[in-house]
Amino acid sequence: MASPGRVVLEVRDLHAYLYTRWGVVRAVDGVSFALREGETLGLVGESGCGKTMTALSVLRLMPEPAGRIVQGQVLLEGEDLVTKSESEMRRVRGRRISMILQDPQTSLNPVFTVGSQIVEALRMRYADGVDALRRLAEEALRRVKVAAPAERLRAFPHQMSGGMKQRVVGAIAVAGEPRVLIADEPTTALDVTIQLQYLVLLKEIQARTRLAMLFITHDFGIVARMCDRVAVMYAGRIVETGPTRALFRAPRHPYTAALMASVPRMEASVERLPSIEGQPPLLHHMPVGCRFAPRCSYVDDRCRREYPPVVPIGPAHEASCWRVEPSPPSR
Amino acid sequence: MQRYILRRLLQGALLLFIVALVVFALARVSGNPIDLLVREDATAEDRAHLQKALGLDRPMHEQLYIFLTGAVRGDLGQSIRYRRSAAEVFFERLPNTLKLLPLAMAGALAIAIPLGVLAAVYRGTLVDRLAGGLAVLGIATPQFWLGIVLIYVFSIQLGVLPSARMGGPSHYVLPAVTLGVFLLAGMMRLVRSSLLEVMGSEFVKLARLKGLSQTIVIWKHCLRNALIPVVTLFGVYFALLVTGAIVTETVFAWPGVGRLTYEAVIFRDYPLLQAVILLKAVIVLSVNLVVDILYAYLDPRVRYA
Amino acid sequence: MSTEASSRGDLARLPWISFSIIVVLVVAAVFAPLLAPHSPTEQSLPDKLRPPAWQEGGSMKHLLGTDVLGRDVLSRLVYGARVSLTVAAVALIAGGGVGLALGILAGYTGGRVDNFIMRVVDATLTFPTILIALLLAVSLGQGLGTIAIAITVIIWARFARIVRGEVLSVKTRDFVALARVHGCSHLRIMAVHIVPNVLNTFMVLLTLHIGFVVIVEATLSFLGAGIPPPTPSWGQMVSDGRSHIASAWWLSVVPGGAIMLVVLVFNLFGDWLRDWLDPRLRQV
Repeated sequence: MASPGRVVLEVRDLHAYLYTRWGVVRAVDGVSFALREGETLGLVGESGCGKTMTALSVLRLMPEPAGRIVQGQVLLEGEDLVTKSESEMRRVRGRRISMILQDPQTSLNPVFTVGSQIVEALRMRYADGVDALRRLAEEALRRVKVAAPAERLRAFPHQMSGGMKQRVVGAIAVAGEPRVLIADEPTTALDVTIQLQYLVLLKEIQARTRLAMLFITHDFGIVARMCDRVAVMYAGRIVETGPTRALFRAPRHPYTAALMASVPRMEASVERLPSIEGQPPLLHHMPVGCRFAPRCSYVDDRCRREYPPVVPIGPAHEASCWRVEPSPPSR
Repeated sequence: MQRYILRRLLQGALLLFIVALVVFALARVSGNPIDLLVREDATAEDRAHLQKALGLDRPMHEQLYIFLTGAVRGDLGQSIRYRRSAAEVFFERLPNTLKLLPLAMAGALAIAIPLGVLAAVYRGTLVDRLAGGLAVLGIATPQFWLGIVLIYVFSIQLGVLPSARMGGPSHYVLPAVTLGVFLLAGMMRLVRSSLLEVMGSEFVKLARLKGLSQTIVIWKHCLRNALIPVVTLFGVYFALLVTGAIVTETVFAWPGVGRLTYEAVIFRDYPLLQAVILLKAVIVLSVNLVVDILYAYLDPRVRYA
Repeated sequence: MSTEASSRGDLARLPWISFSIIVVLVVAAVFAPLLAPHSPTEQSLPDKLRPPAWQEGGSMKHLLGTDVLGRDVLSRLVYGARVSLTVAAVALIAGGGVGLALGILAGYTGGRVDNFIMRVVDATLTFPTILIALLLAVSLGQGLGTIAIAITVIIWARFARIVRGEVLSVKTRDFVALARVHGCSHLRIMAVHIVPNVLNTFMVLLTLHIGFVVIVEATLSFLGAGIPPPTPSWGQMVSDGRSHIASAWWLSVVPGGAIMLVVLVFNLFGDWLRDWLDPRLRQV
């Protein structure tokens, strides 16, 4: 694992809501985290807990017109992205922060060749001529280990396998040499054998470029393999963060513990949690106190009344739970 | 690709054969076909002559053979009203319709696409609602009535546009509008809904992640995908256009094949009507074939299938 | 999220204006003899070409004026509603029924039968079927039966295509497999298990097509291939008034406006019914 560098991306108390016809969905409701150069932070949680919305609001690409950032800061190398104009944001996307989407089958435009889609991304960064850009595109494909890149540039997406497409998506994501890469469950749609290759590839790219990576997943096996630190998200908030090893050894938030208990072997996924009773709260009908209270086995009155504060536990390890006792600062 | 075209050609030929069968059969289900095929004031001698010429005294399968071989040679019978080859009359009129249809189609596309895009991009706003309202009205308005109302307003009350027949550019305005409106309404709705669907797709997100502007994303990445259903439905639109041309040309006394169809109905000119139908079927099927090939160009997934 | 519950229309969102107009229309059609101020066919040459009551020269006796033969436009309109709705009902049941049957057959049987029926459906949808309708009118003669057949030819494919899609999804559900296990015949499965499950879709399709059928009927009448005169039909009235458009605008404009209004309200009502019963049909 890389030694921690300087902070590249810092999210402070971010609130991003979806204003739908049926009420306000508080998809991201007070999320804070920091991401350092060369570091991978895992963002873990059940489906619909706000992981993807967090990523999209960092890039200011929430679904329009419903989505809006209501409060908070997204500091990229000290600059607040929340206050930037749309045209300023366009210069951020791809060049400074990039993202790999979940489903390679639908991430590429079916009517354009793979080459033109990579060139399009490169053109945003380099003012070279078409021929030079095509050479760069070929190079980009070679770097994500696509065989016969010159031929592949002329192919259409439907002529490629899912794994190959996701490599192309990866190539597009890093084409602009971003400092931060958000990977939103990039391997969920891939076969198990191809998943591993892809993860190795991402690690290689990171080692070469010292990218800061935000890795969204619901798979603890992948967390263990990829992430330096983990943030566990529940119902729009981060309930526990900590170094991967510490968190795995001693999860402190009941939700984290339950998540892990429900995954007896590290490979299984937590898309559904048979061992946790009940359903996550609907994001527009949020309980007043701790959001996990209705499903928590340790719940008491205080949990239902008041949202717990963030409690420091160990080095870079903290959790939001009334039951957690702060540990002495030095250990 | 060649096999695809060949298969489509065969399908078209089969369909044409079926239409020919229907035309053939309908002339014979209602009693004596000779009643349909000659003038009412024809003498017994005329009738006997034609009966022989068309082979109506022979067994049914021989009649069919005579009819089909004649049709293939381009002999589709004599028009009762015009007293000459029905096919000849049709081809005389065809150019006039061909001047009108593309105009209406192009006009409908030229308005439907930008309006559909605007409605989708500004969905839920006033623009969207206005466009939606226009579409609902456009679909509910009977074409023949729209033509008459337009004549009343622009020709009779305002006196700014000619109401009938062909002539200079101003003669094209009202017929083209009448013909285009219905098409426009349906197309606009389709462009809007398919664009909305495309705009929510992952590849649009990826395009925006590259830092492309919203305008480029919509007009380059979305529109081409959104137009695929429009092209898919082109065959349906063309059929609507041919139908609409019958009504529109009737209202505006436009001397095309649509008006000819109406005349054939009104004057009970069965030979003319059957010629019109078979020839229009050939045209419609050819256009559909061309469009399918074009479609394969637009959507690479089909091209390489 | 809660998209399902919310994208559905509900009774509270019933388009009341459309619905009231439909009720008025149906009442007018049923009770035409009681409601019409005059006979629709009675001619009175001294009263010919009277303008509507609100125009100069009009009178309360003929609210919407009279035509060239002195017949009362309002009365003809009321009786015309009867014709339009009867034709629409008969034609819809015929065409929708054929489409339903073939759609179920195609979807349930699958394979070659399905392939063949769907080819014919595609061909029909891209063919100006009104030509066949005109041919029918000329060869068989005008009348309700001819129109019903003609409209069936025009609309069956639209029903068949959508019903088939619906059947394909119903077919895979467990109760169909269960029925097979219990030894039900194919015919029985189609009738007892499939039909009830596509009935919602079918009702919505019927409603959505009322307006279309009314327009088709009016168009056929306009082209001289509809219900023969002197029975008043709206399309025929528009056609008759066409040559007097310069002097007597109301002869064409009034019945044509009636067609538009009827189509509009039925379409709006159909949209609502679709959202309420079967929101997946939205793309139709």
